[in-house]
Amino acid sequence: MSLWPAQWWRARRIPLAWLLLSRQPARLAIALAGISFAGILMFMQLGFRDGLFDASVTIHRLFDADLVLMSPRSMSSISMAGFPERRLIQTLADPAVEDVTPVHWNFVLWRNPETRQTRSILALGFEPSDKLFINSMLGTQAPELRQRGRVLFDERSRAEFGPVAQWFRGGKLVESEVAGQRLRVAGLVQLGPSFGADGNMITSRETFVSLLPTSPHGSIELGLIRLRPEADPLQVAARLKKQLPQDVSIFTKQQFIEFEKNYWRSSTAIGFIFTLGAAMGFVVGCVIVYQILYGDVSDHLPEYATLMAMGYKLTDLLGVVAREGLMLALIGYLPAYAAGEGLYALIRNSTKLPVGMEPQRALLVFSMILVMCMGSALLAMRKLADADPAEIF
Amino acid sequence: MQTQRRFSEMDVPRQSTIIRAHQLCHSYGQGELRRQVLQSIDLTISAGEVVLLTGPSGCGKTTLLTLIGALRTVQQGELEVLGLPMQGASRDQRRSVRQKIGMIFQGHNLLRCLTAEQNVQMGADLLPKRSYATRRALARQWLRAVGLEPELGKLPHDLSGGQKQRVAIARALAAEPRLLLADEPTAALDSRTGREVVDLLKSLARDQGCGVLMVTHDPRILDVADRLLEMEDGQLQERKVLPQAGR
Repeated sequence: MSLWPAQWWRARRIPLAWLLLSRQPARLAIALAGISFAGILMFMQLGFRDGLFDASVTIHRLFDADLVLMSPRSMSSISMAGFPERRLIQTLADPAVEDVTPVHWNFVLWRNPETRQTRSILALGFEPSDKLFINSMLGTQAPELRQRGRVLFDERSRAEFGPVAQWFRGGKLVESEVAGQRLRVAGLVQLGPSFGADGNMITSRETFVSLLPTSPHGSIELGLIRLRPEADPLQVAARLKKQLPQDVSIFTKQQFIEFEKNYWRSSTAIGFIFTLGAAMGFVVGCVIVYQILYGDVSDHLPEYATLMAMGYKLTDLLGVVAREGLMLALIGYLPAYAAGEGLYALIRNSTKLPVGMEPQRALLVFSMILVMCMGSALLAMRKLADADPAEIF
Repeated sequence: MQTQRRFSEMDVPRQSTIIRAHQLCHSYGQGELRRQVLQSIDLTISAGEVVLLTGPSGCGKTTLLTLIGALRTVQQGELEVLGLPMQGASRDQRRSVRQKIGMIFQGHNLLRCLTAEQNVQMGADLLPKRSYATRRALARQWLRAVGLEPELGKLPHDLSGGQKQRVAIARALAAEPRLLLADEPTAALDSRTGREVVDLLKSLARDQGCGVLMVTHDPRILDVADRLLEMEDGQLQERKVLPQAGR
């Protein structure tokens, strides 16, 4: 076969694979439905999995920090342990460190101002004059927190926390009982829930400590460190690690994000469950495509035998089956992709998880479908060995 | 580099021997169940000859046809098809011989998913070094030759039995064979259609200088033969052709 397209076009034969598929619309429809179903299942499961991992670090990404201090006992955002604030102050001695922000981090009970039901919410406490988030997420609202008993509410929190944002926008005074204290909503932020936290609120350290009076004095859960622009975070982290005692761990921001993702990935069954779900879709797709291609080869066995009697090579016929597999993969992927996009929009709206059609995942699912179809074609080809041209007379 | 030429590319002059069998034997089964179906067959067919083979069923006609059609390996004896020895021929050698042999089957064996024209082109597609357009023109030309040009876009499903068999003839001839093998081509047809098909087959094969070996039970078509062979119990006998009245 020539590599030149014009010559290839000239030398082409009857597109038997395409005609076999297109002239049997019922069989094609079943095959495409099976492939699309498998593709959609894979998009769903992988989307949920990646969405979970991404959602678990929504807030982590937003912190304005080059390095992060945490207690070595902290395993994840849902089990943050405290460490002495002194360690954070100590880092200021390093010439590369510009400034630091101590952050409190814990879960408290929020009472829905409408239904009076309580639910666990993630509370962050920081000094309103410090930098907390990148992109000035808090806008001009931080000074509002200087007053005791004021909070900023995450308007992307799940609806179970009450129509806080709606009421607040409507000019209503929104107050709620948090950990037994009356708090007033002083503003809204857009952070987003995660699998660990259904909602978020931000408050001043003073208010935070009053919500959790039992937490030890001088203990914080998170220390944000910002470096001078020319400093290399990895180098500074290594230096600080040597200087600081063993009661704190130090991460770069990226390591901090990975640490959290890794918790969900390895310490829970969630990653496994969703990967298994995707694998199930793959297996179901394989079975359907194999059945279709095997049935197709079996039905046309006398025709394949005739072609062999006419002098067609076995490889020509194997090529027909392979091309059928390839075409099924290509045509079946399109509806799966479209349905995937639709489902992601649905998930974003109903669960507020940050799930989108990422090129990497789109490619992964396509490769899986391709492997599924070509593998099935390969298995179905074994049936071609039964095509005996000597039997057709 | 005469010696390195491919078998399939060798030229055999016309009006020469295209099939030569000598002491050809064939049997099925092993040991106790071994059953001899062909016994010491001697046969010679020249280009342009139309040879009919008759005999009771189970006498080995089809086995002989599949051996000549390079669909089976030769067990014992000598067989030369289109100048090539078939004894000990490899799979690929047999396949390239098959490319030069047109085959017409009892049940037409057309591809159900292809139109009449595409079915014929499946035959023409085997010809090397010709453009798609040339091969398609060839397919049309053969469909016209068998009188089916108006039906070229129809699927086999929509064609009558006689039309299907004519498409099968066009397909066999489109590969430009030097030998045509036909197994009961008229079995599924009524007598008038069968007659037409056989006459067509003969005249087209004549024009191509292509030898024809046809197995048939049909006494109505025996008169198209140049030679008539009868097989019984695995042995071959030459019979005299009786010219029918009106021909």
